[in-house]
Amino acid sequence: MPYDYQPFPFVPPPGLTAPETRHKVLIIGAGPIGLAMALELANYDIPSVVLDDNNVVSVGSRAICWSKRALEVLDRIGVGERCVEKGVTWKVGRTHHRDDEVFNFDLLPEEGHKMPAFINLQQYYVEQYLVEAVQENPLVDLRFKNKVTNIGQNADFADVEIETPDGNYSLEAEFVIACDGAKSPSRDILGLDFDGELFEERFLIADIEMQGKTPSERWFWFEPTFHPGQSALLHKQPDNIYRIDLQLGWDTDPEEERKPENVIPRIEKVVGHSDFTLDWVSVYTFQCRRLRDFVHNRVIFAGDSAHIVSPFGARGGNSGLQDVDALGWRLAAVLNGQSPAEMLQDYNTERTYGADENLLNSSRATKFMTPSDGVERLFRDQVLALAAKAPFARSWVNSGRLSVPCVYPNEGADDAALPGVSRPGSVAPDAPLGDGWLSNALGGRMVVLSLGCKLPEIDGAESLSPEITDAIRARYLKDAPSAVYLIRPDQVVAARWPYADPAAISKTIATLWRQVK
Amino acid sequence: MNLIDTPNLADHDGFYAELLAKHRGLTDAESQALNAQLILILANHIGDRQVLSDALTLAHKDIA
Repeated sequence: MPYDYQPFPFVPPPGLTAPETRHKVLIIGAGPIGLAMALELANYDIPSVVLDDNNVVSVGSRAICWSKRALEVLDRIGVGERCVEKGVTWKVGRTHHRDDEVFNFDLLPEEGHKMPAFINLQQYYVEQYLVEAVQENPLVDLRFKNKVTNIGQNADFADVEIETPDGNYSLEAEFVIACDGAKSPSRDILGLDFDGELFEERFLIADIEMQGKTPSERWFWFEPTFHPGQSALLHKQPDNIYRIDLQLGWDTDPEEERKPENVIPRIEKVVGHSDFTLDWVSVYTFQCRRLRDFVHNRVIFAGDSAHIVSPFGARGGNSGLQDVDALGWRLAAVLNGQSPAEMLQDYNTERTYGADENLLNSSRATKFMTPSDGVERLFRDQVLALAAKAPFARSWVNSGRLSVPCVYPNEGADDAALPGVSRPGSVAPDAPLGDGWLSNALGGRMVVLSLGCKLPEIDGAESLSPEITDAIRARYLKDAPSAVYLIRPDQVVAARWPYADPAAISKTIATLWRQVK
Repeated sequence: MNLIDTPNLADHDGFYAELLAKHRGLTDAESQALNAQLILILANHIGDRQVLSDALTLAHKDIA
């Protein structure tokens, strides 16, 4: 069944009749990132107003591959389990050259993690679940058909002008978070531009509804006979909806290509029959670009408004949720007076680093898929030819390197004897914990995880001393008899020690909150 | 066969990008020269006659 789009009602905001008192946070854009941001801040008791110029969830599937880390963030704000339940969990990818499979991978998630490596779920479902969670949350004031037309910066607040069907009004907020997407009007209002690469290539993206049983796998083709010289991707989504991405070539006319009479014959060639209905079509040009800085005084950028990548590797929506992850606890600390506003520079440093890793991987995949004539094409074609002959070349075939969280550059204490998977800067790996999960016991506050040693109460952190199971040992101890981990509110390991050192832990906590000079 | 034909290079995507970056701006003839010199440099570094013969055989297979 195609998705049933229900428009959300416009409710005249109070600001139309009388000035509203200054808000703490104003979020522009009710896409997955803006909505998740509001819920994340609400977890820290920070109220927010979310403005959206539209009144409906995402039209078309758009972001469909949600990574393990994104699902953990969604879980912290109450919609992760619902997404996994509805989504298609997949772990096998098959890559073809012409009509032969040259390479397949199995993400084979190891046991003992709450969330799978990847699910496919249309963006409109994720947005619907987030809107429903927001509407039940008294700390979030979501306003549809509220279009931001200007943003003014002041020393300690921003003032924002808004257009609605019933007239115009203005709001003040201590901070504005611009989550208004790739074409971010906020970016234009502030006169900011992207740095980076624009790829001269067009892809057609379509959702089709089709009955029948196909495996829950990602299928990619280089130069298939059904689409000569180009590349193609097929992905299964819930409700018998399939997503097809077709490379078109730069010389094609996007308006012409998106017409059903041109789209349908192409898809018939991919799926081998005409027993499907076309649900949504879009034509994209890819860019790999970002803002130089994500924090501009009182305006903070997160998600596609801050950085855009080509979609192969699922590094768009997933990295936006990691922005939410890195910003929420810091902004809450600044608004609560716990930390100075300079704390937001740590968000900027970490997420521009994360964005660069995503841009690098996405650019490489895009270049491999759409090589320019000459040496780029020569090597691309010969990697594909070698892949049929030698196993090593299969790992060079690049149809997208799938999103994993970056390891933040981190100056926290480390001990080389402890496992690499939980080194400082990494997301603390999940593990079973009693009847539940470690990922649900971490987050929202500083946690000191002590294993195999006793620790006195540390001011400003909660202690956790789980039983040392096989999974905990493998992910946090390896051969060491004991270890102490300091884990940030965003579940990132800040530092670790082979034994309890309360003074060092307290000092690291103060540094993280920027409470020491 | 002593030739390693399974994945054996860390950051292979990074090497691939660096290789193509070195070719940027070269004419076809210059690119060919770069490739030829690179093969000779690597052959000398590998320094194992049998491995090089195995590599040549693998590369030649199915090409002509």
